[in-house]
Amino acid sequence: MADNQTKLTFKDFKSKGEVKWCPGCGDHAILVSVQKAMADMNYKHEKFVSISGIGCSSRFPYYVNTYGFHTIHGRAGAIASGAKVANPRLSVWQITGDGDSLAIGGNHFIHEIRRNMDVCLIMFNNQIYGLTKGQYSPTSPKGKISVTSPFGSVERPFQTGALVIGARGTFFARSMDNKVNLTAEVLEEAAKHDGASVVEVLQNCVIYNNGAHSYFSDKEHKEDRQIILHDGEPLIFGKENDKGLIMEDSKLKVVKIGENGITIDNILVHNSGLDYSGIHLMLATMEPPFPIALGVIRNVDLETYANELAQQIKDVQSESKIKCVDDLLHSGQTWEVK
Amino acid sequence: MDTKLNVAELDDVVIRFSGDSGDGMQLTGSLFSDTAVFSGNDIVTFPDYPAEIRAPQGTVGGVSGFQVHIANSKVITAGDFADVLVAMNPAALKANAKWLKNGGTIIIDKTSFTEKNILRAGYEKDPIKEDKLEDFKIIEAPISEITKNTLADSGLDNKTVLRCKNMFALGIVCWLFNKKLDVADDFLKNKFKTKPAIVEANNKVLKTGFNYAETIQAVVRHNIAPAKIEKGIYRNIDGNLATSWGFIAAAEKAHLELYVGSYPITPATDILQYLSQRKDLGVKTFQAEDEIAAVCSAIGASFAGDLAITTTSGPGLALKTEGVGLAVMAELPLVIVDVQRGGPSTGLPTKTEQSDLFQALYGRSGESPLVVIAASTPSNCFNYAFEASKIALEHMVPVILLTDGYLAHGTEPWKIPSMKDLPEIHPPIAKEGEEYIPYKRDEKTLVRKWAIPGTKGLEHTLGGLEKDETGSISYVPENHQLMSELREEKVKRVENYIPELKIEGNKNADLLVVGWGGTYGHLLTAVKEVNKEGQKVALAHFNYINPLPKNTADVLSKFKKIIVCELNLGQFANYLRIKFQEFKYEQFNKIQGLPFTVVELKDNIYKLLEDK
Repeated sequence: MADNQTKLTFKDFKSKGEVKWCPGCGDHAILVSVQKAMADMNYKHEKFVSISGIGCSSRFPYYVNTYGFHTIHGRAGAIASGAKVANPRLSVWQITGDGDSLAIGGNHFIHEIRRNMDVCLIMFNNQIYGLTKGQYSPTSPKGKISVTSPFGSVERPFQTGALVIGARGTFFARSMDNKVNLTAEVLEEAAKHDGASVVEVLQNCVIYNNGAHSYFSDKEHKEDRQIILHDGEPLIFGKENDKGLIMEDSKLKVVKIGENGITIDNILVHNSGLDYSGIHLMLATMEPPFPIALGVIRNVDLETYANELAQQIKDVQSESKIKCVDDLLHSGQTWEVK
Repeated sequence: MDTKLNVAELDDVVIRFSGDSGDGMQLTGSLFSDTAVFSGNDIVTFPDYPAEIRAPQGTVGGVSGFQVHIANSKVITAGDFADVLVAMNPAALKANAKWLKNGGTIIIDKTSFTEKNILRAGYEKDPIKEDKLEDFKIIEAPISEITKNTLADSGLDNKTVLRCKNMFALGIVCWLFNKKLDVADDFLKNKFKTKPAIVEANNKVLKTGFNYAETIQAVVRHNIAPAKIEKGIYRNIDGNLATSWGFIAAAEKAHLELYVGSYPITPATDILQYLSQRKDLGVKTFQAEDEIAAVCSAIGASFAGDLAITTTSGPGLALKTEGVGLAVMAELPLVIVDVQRGGPSTGLPTKTEQSDLFQALYGRSGESPLVVIAASTPSNCFNYAFEASKIALEHMVPVILLTDGYLAHGTEPWKIPSMKDLPEIHPPIAKEGEEYIPYKRDEKTLVRKWAIPGTKGLEHTLGGLEKDETGSISYVPENHQLMSELREEKVKRVENYIPELKIEGNKNADLLVVGWGGTYGHLLTAVKEVNKEGQKVALAHFNYINPLPKNTADVLSKFKKIIVCELNLGQFANYLRIKFQEFKYEQFNKIQGLPFTVVELKDNIYKLLEDK
């Protein structure tokens, strides 16, 4: 990964420019989380690169003080991949949205993950196209009323986590925009992870999709509707911390501790480092009446694309007789005209 | 070789090998080419094969051909018509009889001329009669049969045995043109290192073919003396390999690493393949998930400080359009290679054409100027790949390099250059400690500086949105006009760094032939022959399309008539009409997926010379 050095604070990552997201937008909080996470990484400031596509979230590079590239719709993953391969010592952050990475950029998204590109990918999921003013997105729930689905969307949404795991992802975490500390925490884990680290942040668009995630974030019920995962700890949640997840008939099941003879020992213990992704997939795709899983769901070690390529180059170089272009031009069959 | 007494001298000969696409004709052709080259001849080759890897056997659509022109002096085309045709089956004869010179020699595999195969090829009964080939010298050799007999005791299975039959044909041709078998022998030894039985079988059949020709003495044996070519060390090279190596050379001269983001597409794929072999020179190849990712990853690599390229053909360039626009806007160095093929859409994937010129010049949203250059021979693809990189890096601009299917797969001997003779490349890299303003420009060239991530203190943000000089997003109307004009003018000023347009042929002629890119060999040959025949004609051939050489109008003004010859429906002619409205342009256009023939070019030149 990147070279480390110097203690930075989140202020070092504040851009001079004015932040132009709508007041009340969830993006503001995510920006602060990212700036905090960057500062905590102990890398040199000039090693950070933020690359985005198009959409509200993709304005991000203008608002964070790093090397930045605000590119074209859907292509941030491909551009970030090229930058990382060109210079593996950079810490590359890709900022994208549900439309940018799951619709127009879907192909790049899955392949970047499949290759395990060492990029920290933050996907702002507001389940709507904000910048183009309110069309349904690939994560909008079926039935969503929007300007392009006035009678309700007939499409089934993607589950981001399933897509990441289906693409053989090595890291998937989820947070919510209003959970600044949790977001910073998972971002730090994501940044530490070598490989494609996908962090889905459920983000509220106050203008076009206000309250999209309110079922989960609702103050009254959030403890019963969210489960925050911690490695090595049992999967429990609820206001009284008395609910838990067990495996029954090859499926997850919510149980109450103390009822039907269930004790804490029956509850599944989280292990994000399991090679086998089955349980991670189950956790990532939980929908009501299950709680939504937040925190680091999957985090496994695997060699990264850029490192493997660099190693291959090193290996071939040590074996090859061709050391410079002159050698190359004279390699193979040549003849002399006297 | 004790039959020298009967050998007649020839200046040049064109040989066309043809057979089913699984018959190994490309290999046979290139082995004969190498043999000729090693004996001192000059050569140009032209492979012509179908898009299907294994088209239905015995059908005309599945015929694969390889033409080679060998001579005792410099040659620059693969020749219009063949003196000798090798036809491994009736379909090959059917497909190629029309490419044979009157009275030429035809070598056929008699074994394969069965009733069934004859019908399959679209003949009724007697191919020779039906194609009116009675006056040709025909060598009917039972190639497959003798091959089988020769290898009867080899222990190899029937399929493997029959695969050796192309070596029999090669043996015959080697005898006919007084060539030794050692080049082919060495090649086989190397290719099948681990399979000595296969080497032995092929060598045996090769020798049998050679002896067969000597025994039947069907036609006069010919010799083509070594050509007088410039001293030096040579190698054979095709356009795609030359392109690949040109980029590696440029990276070395720019002291940068080379990044290649590409997606396989005919006929450009070889470049990605060749470059992926060059890990030893630190080349990073990224086989992207699609054409869009290919160009975008290259843009990312360019942003991060590599010499970044992407390679494709027409339909792929269409997909890269938006990405290239981003590179124009961000003013990052990038080279996009378009190995042109027949279009539109999937078109003729394995055939040559020059019909992507407008796409290269104009195929983007907005006012989106970039540099367009075109290579004109297989070997000078090296120079133009180098030049494209140099311009991209020194002028912070995307460059589209146009080659085509004919250049890509055509080969010729190439005098190997020395790296010390190539110019250094100086990209305008911003240094730590200097004040960095992203779009502040050099006064003379209008080039902005390249601040590479990782450099302390030069943090900045680029993007596709319009910016002002400081790199801040700007919707100010006057700023957009200013920046659009600056981007345009920056590209125009590249004209100060490219060579002037040359006039070849007779400078005092009334008629100027104009061409660009891969048609150079045919155009120059036609122009030279017409001049030799006592008429006056000149040639102006373009490698730099945008910007055009500074003296273009001056050159065009010297002639009474101008004819623009190109393998499309008139794109370059129309481009010149836009740029230089004061001249009148005649056109000769061909769009058959094939190169020009010298004969048809001369016909058109003579027609124009006659009507005054």
